[in-house]
Amino acid sequence: MKKYVDMIVRYTEEGQIIPLAIRWSPELLYEIDKVLDVRQAASLKAGGTGIRYLCRIKGRERYIWLEEDKWFVDAKEDRI
Amino acid sequence: MERTILHSDCNSFYASVECLHRPEIRDRPVAVGGDVEQRHGIILAKNDHAKRYGIKTGEALWQARQKCPDLVIVPPRFEDYKRFSRLCHQIYLDYSDRVEPYGLDECWIEVTAKGVNGVQLAQEIRCRIKEELGITVSIGVSYNKIFAKLGSDYKKPDAVTEIRRDNFKELVWPLPVGDLLYVGRATQRKLESYCKHTIGDLAGTPEKTLKGWFGKWGSVLHAFANGFDSTPVARYEDHEDVKSIGNSTTTPRDLENKEDVKIIMYVLADSVARRLREQGFKGRTVSIAVRDNQLSSFTRQHTLSRYTNITAEIAQIGMDLFERHYYWQKPIRSLGISISDLVSDSAPLQLDLFGSGQEQLRRERLDTTVDGLKRRFGTNAVRPAVLLQDPELSGCDPKRDHTIHPVGYF
Repeated sequence: MKKYVDMIVRYTEEGQIIPLAIRWSPELLYEIDKVLDVRQAASLKAGGTGIRYLCRIKGRERYIWLEEDKWFVDAKEDRI
Repeated sequence: MERTILHSDCNSFYASVECLHRPEIRDRPVAVGGDVEQRHGIILAKNDHAKRYGIKTGEALWQARQKCPDLVIVPPRFEDYKRFSRLCHQIYLDYSDRVEPYGLDECWIEVTAKGVNGVQLAQEIRCRIKEELGITVSIGVSYNKIFAKLGSDYKKPDAVTEIRRDNFKELVWPLPVGDLLYVGRATQRKLESYCKHTIGDLAGTPEKTLKGWFGKWGSVLHAFANGFDSTPVARYEDHEDVKSIGNSTTTPRDLENKEDVKIIMYVLADSVARRLREQGFKGRTVSIAVRDNQLSSFTRQHTLSRYTNITAEIAQIGMDLFERHYYWQKPIRSLGISISDLVSDSAPLQLDLFGSGQEQLRRERLDTTVDGLKRRFGTNAVRPAVLLQDPELSGCDPKRDHTIHPVGYF
């Protein structure tokens, strides 16, 4: 399921965008430990395309997409 | 050196983009349809499931629903289609700077270079589009643009077809003549009346004969059918070489009289003239297209002695053309106006002895002022009184609403 999310990101001097955390809900913040891969890719499951970040979050690998100027994830029910 | 040209065609483009974004309808018959309320109620695109029911692009939504009661009809979202078109172009541009779009969903890409394998490149592009964008393309590979385009039509979806000098007679020549670029319904009918049913039939007809039937287009068709076309693939930045600017609309209700036509003509001319001015052009040939409610249509054009971008002038020429050529046998369903033969508006104006050049300058200044007001306060901020007579008719804003133009090959 496609879910647009609130993101906390860092812009580098060169204009690179590095996601730092997902603000999932007022109480829940998922911090991103590491970005493992960045590429243009579609998500058939969530339904969309964008720049896909493969991130390590709490020891697990998850994709986050930057679709123009919005971020989305392929959410499972109400969690990442 | 033999050229290597790819033609990439996004399969069921609008429908594919919709299905990507809506996984829940992906496995059902889906069509993208225009707005029924606005009388744009036709099928714009359909997915493969819908194709199986015999649903055709251009047919009315109610006809499509008769063929397939479960059809999911979604409204078009042109912003999304433009985004995907741009994303496709970005991928093509990784391979060449000669990328020439043909509408939103098609592109020629010239990849001529020593040792290049066109089919391999085409396969790579096909895979990348699928993975990166989530839609599919069919790609034709050939030594000229015409056969490359036929190649992209040959096998769909998600496929690559190569048309070479040693196989084009088997692949291209048996195809119906209507598949060839620039063979529209009228040309096809004429060719069939001469028993020319396939592209091979056309190729085998002496050029002289074709010239006799079609004038200079005869030579073009002869070259197309035989693979002699040598038109270059334009550079990407060149593609905005605008040849004409036009707008047309299917009106919210049928136009019954001259006053109705005047309203729409003015709305359209205003949009066309503003776009001319924005892009720094003036034009000289004004064309109108009229379609009545039985869907029979015609176009007429008039060439002026000087160049213009003045709203009132373009609207007036459009009306003159209309009044000279329409006899009101039937009410009108859609109307269009376009201007071509364009030059840069910085070209100096030839003032004449009697000062009508002064008048033209005055009107240009007026238009510039009105443009400024419209930019700040919206299209309806300033408008001629004629538009207030029927707000329902004059309510459309062709300039703001999406504009996707069919483009010419030459």
